[in-house]
Amino acid sequence: MNGPQDVGGRHGFGPLILEQDEPLFHAPWEKRALAVTLAAGAMGHWSIDQTRWARENRAPAEYYATSYYKLWILAVERLLVEHGLVRPEELAEGKALFETVPPKRVLKAQDVAAVLARGAPVDRDPGPVKPRFDPGDLVRTRNLQPPGHIRLPAYARDKVGRIEALRGYHVFADASARGDEGVAHWLYTVVFDARTLWGDDAAASDTVSIDAWEPYLEHV
Amino acid sequence: MSHDHDHDHGSGSHLDDMTARVMALEKVLTEKGLIDPDALDAIIDTYETRVGPRNGARVVARAWTDPAFAEWLARDGAAAIGSMGYTGRQGEHLHAVFNTEEVHNLVVCTLCSCYPWSVLGLPPVWYKSHAYRARAVSDPRGVLAEFGLHLPAGTSLRVWDSNSEMRYLVVPRRPEGTEGWDMEALAPLVTRNSMIGTELALAPTAQKASQP
Repeated sequence: MNGPQDVGGRHGFGPLILEQDEPLFHAPWEKRALAVTLAAGAMGHWSIDQTRWARENRAPAEYYATSYYKLWILAVERLLVEHGLVRPEELAEGKALFETVPPKRVLKAQDVAAVLARGAPVDRDPGPVKPRFDPGDLVRTRNLQPPGHIRLPAYARDKVGRIEALRGYHVFADASARGDEGVAHWLYTVVFDARTLWGDDAAASDTVSIDAWEPYLEHV
Repeated sequence: MSHDHDHDHGSGSHLDDMTARVMALEKVLTEKGLIDPDALDAIIDTYETRVGPRNGARVVARAWTDPAFAEWLARDGAAAIGSMGYTGRQGEHLHAVFNTEEVHNLVVCTLCSCYPWSVLGLPPVWYKSHAYRARAVSDPRGVLAEFGLHLPAGTSLRVWDSNSEMRYLVVPRRPEGTEGWDMEALAPLVTRNSMIGTELALAPTAQKASQP
């Protein structure tokens, strides 16, 4: 999606605002937003890619006007409704009103440390699937313009770069965002000269790299 | 936030909209048995008090003092860092990148806010800001200047856009004047920003220099 989340290279966002000794949270509700999002995600009904899609799939004016953790809350509310766990009336009323689908699992306090420590690795066994590219290969990123979720930034599409490293065989974000976590592809670090991306104003020696799944790439 | 305080959903509410909204969400999920409120407290405690940039600083300081560990860290960051107990969420696929005299590394996520929580904790606001996400790739030297960092002309800048589930830890260069320092003495010189690439590691102060 050429959505508002894809800001690499955009102008107009102004200077950085750097706080000295900034707090982790800027309002008490933000820490609850973090925790609710993680605990709801731990039910196992959606992937990180579906979470990202739920945050970014909205009009640019709304996205840019919405604070970071408010986006998290809007997204988790959307996911809970889409997955049949909660109904909008319940969110509006602030109380449980209906029998809805049961959770696959519920994160209990005594399991939090172990669950967070375990994480959710997205690498998968490639089986007999061999990588198409080798380190050193020149590749062109495909000119992909899907309306759905994609992790190939717009600034790095239809550009020639070099495969630097193979990073394993990972769940494919584009499919996972649609609810299919069974698709995986080889993941590569692809390096571009900064001037390939940004023109001659960029420093000649500078580079930018992305991590790209194999379907994003073709041989030059 | 007080949790033993009933929220008035009517016009008498003194809570701001987001506080009310999140409390309502929590209440619905709790009543439906979808979340355990104590688990939320445990999650917050983890990221407020247990997981933060001191984890990463210890990884870097060890790499500075232990060549075998540095080699392992360069080859398999997730395994080397995991051996120190720093595992888990947003650190499943960690890769360490080493600054040298020739190359300085900088990490950004242009699409969202990917960040190595297991070694640096939760990201600062500036890392999540549109300003940083937009310009770190296209004008990284301008961004670094706003942090007060001016790289020598001969230094190449390598920007890592963390856009899959790979996470990056920058290993800054060991400051001069720290010869003979051990890991415990070195770790305080490693700042969070130096592990993102927006600063260098701190120079040793006279006071610190007298410690080892």
